[in-house]
Amino acid sequence: MLNKNKPFSLHLNPDLFTPATDAEKEYITTMRPSTTFFKDGVKRLLKNKVATISLFVIILVTVACIILPYVWPYSYDQMLGQTKGRPMDRSYNNLAPFEYGKTELKKIENGETIFPHIFGTDAHGRDYFIRVVYGTRISLAVGFFASIIVLIIGLTIGSIAGYFGGKVDLVIMRIVDIIYSLPDTLVIILLSVVLGEVLKVEGTILEKIGSNIISMFIVFGLLYWVSMARMIRGQILSLREQEYVLSAQSTGAKGSWIIRKHLLPNCISVVIISTALQIPNAIFTESFLSFLGLGVNAPMPSLGSLASDALNGIYSYPHRLIAPAIVICLIVLSLNLFGDGLRDAFDPKLNA
Amino acid sequence: MSSKMMFYILKRVLLALMTIWIVITVTFFVMHAVPGNPFAGEKALTAEAQAALEAKYGLDKPLFQQYTTYLTDIVTRFDFGPSMTQRGRMVIDVIMDGMKTSAKLGLIAACSAALLGITLGAVAALRRNSILDKVIMVITTAFVSMPSFIMGSFLLIIFSVKLGWLPANGTTAQGLVLPVITLMLYPMAYITRLTRSSMLDVLGQDYIRTARAKGVSGKKIIFGHALKNSLIPVITYFGPMLAFIVTGSMVVENIFAVPGVGRAFISSITNRDYTMILGTTIFLASLIVIMNLVSDLLYKVVDPRIEFD
Repeated sequence: MLNKNKPFSLHLNPDLFTPATDAEKEYITTMRPSTTFFKDGVKRLLKNKVATISLFVIILVTVACIILPYVWPYSYDQMLGQTKGRPMDRSYNNLAPFEYGKTELKKIENGETIFPHIFGTDAHGRDYFIRVVYGTRISLAVGFFASIIVLIIGLTIGSIAGYFGGKVDLVIMRIVDIIYSLPDTLVIILLSVVLGEVLKVEGTILEKIGSNIISMFIVFGLLYWVSMARMIRGQILSLREQEYVLSAQSTGAKGSWIIRKHLLPNCISVVIISTALQIPNAIFTESFLSFLGLGVNAPMPSLGSLASDALNGIYSYPHRLIAPAIVICLIVLSLNLFGDGLRDAFDPKLNA
Repeated sequence: MSSKMMFYILKRVLLALMTIWIVITVTFFVMHAVPGNPFAGEKALTAEAQAALEAKYGLDKPLFQQYTTYLTDIVTRFDFGPSMTQRGRMVIDVIMDGMKTSAKLGLIAACSAALLGITLGAVAALRRNSILDKVIMVITTAFVSMPSFIMGSFLLIIFSVKLGWLPANGTTAQGLVLPVITLMLYPMAYITRLTRSSMLDVLGQDYIRTARAKGVSGKKIIFGHALKNSLIPVITYFGPMLAFIVTGSMVVENIFAVPGVGRAFISSITNRDYTMILGTTIFLASLIVIMNLVSDLLYKVVDPRIEFD
């Protein structure tokens, strides 16, 4: 290797170097682009058939309940038997699936086409299919917003407790312990009863949703953040000890910067999973409250209120219970399965 | 019992007592924040009658004094005051009347949920990936994603309306069968899944392999090693299970017309019977807090590996 004439020189002999052959060049080219953690997780998620189907169902239901109310010829609160200046046409009430009211039958005889009432109508002559669609929309929205509230509060408090530790952590965790042991459903019922009287929502935008749903959001904000906060605290406690945090601290990064830039992105998978699993929880709570008569305000439907209204006519019109029941089960089931799939895909440690 | 454990138990008991106190305080003040007079629904009371009623229920005193009286009455005499709409009845009597039925219903549901759930979960774990396992998992997943009032209504339609096998009314012993099943399905499904995953975890442990290598029989491994250890996480679910059964019984008792606490609670909400709502909430909440405490302590006692922090 070394120049023989000058044994102590460190100059290399250029003759010894040859250009790399094509085969050698190929050896160092990357076979495929390097993948990020997120892409890797998505790939694993899409391989999971059950999770993919669930995701498809969720997207389908969501899109359908957003678009359908705009294109459907009937609206959720339109009583079909009611026309201005005339007495109520009772033939529209309690129609069985694919039946028509009197005036509609006449129109059909005249050769007009009338859009069918797929699920019939309810006791007030409202098209039941669109009510189920609208109810799905409300239930999904309630579940979504409730879990966003939980996410924001839990994330903030959990990361503060985990990062700062010490007395801050101690105080927060004692509060969490107490809230954790409160029976949530009882508190929700109590607050719904009271807030219904105290909150004056008439005349505001909130009137349509009703004070019960607002009180449910309040309770979610007050109570349900604790499990999220606990989990994030645990994650951050273990991440805090990592070397890159030490390095950021030594270069003078502030606490909020480290939490936002280093710690939170690293526990994002846990966050996504528990948020996804929070939505069915909220939908359950909403339907439970509706059953007790503490749900959304009439005439606004939700899946829970539709199902509990249907209980009155359960012997004659069982399809009115079955339709919202199936939708609730479908949504909750697919969200649960999708959440499980997310966990398997994004948290390889749990996969063992 | 080590001093560390005594300290832990003391800490937990204090925390539970504090939670109950917070529940009483919060519910009391929240209920009293409701505007209007509780007797507003009565037909045009004269000013005198109104004053007499307020004096009878202690409503003429300052709020804080009402609170201290209420608290001491609960602590010393277990007295939640009189019901506002059911004249002449005390709240605690209504609760205790209902508890006779509700406790029976809840206990039977809890025990059968635990027994069936553990059995099904263990079977699913031992026959992992078999058809039996898959069937059990599919069914339990379906049960977990159905609200109990829908489950109850379907059972009612099928078994008492269409088939006529069981009465729809829950006042008789036979009538309790459907409510128990409705109440039991969700916790049973949950326990099944819990037992299955923890059993699978235990079966993968080294000591199971060691036992196999020593030539211990399969039965002994399952009952002596695996099942015992995999039940530890199940114990922690007992507290939440009770909470579920308490709230679930409100729904179930309403559907099947069972004369229990849950139904009394719901009708007190519809009738706006404030003292009754207050008393029942405090009673049920305390019950849940105490059960959570017991199941947490039991968990620590059963598993010596868990540290007391």
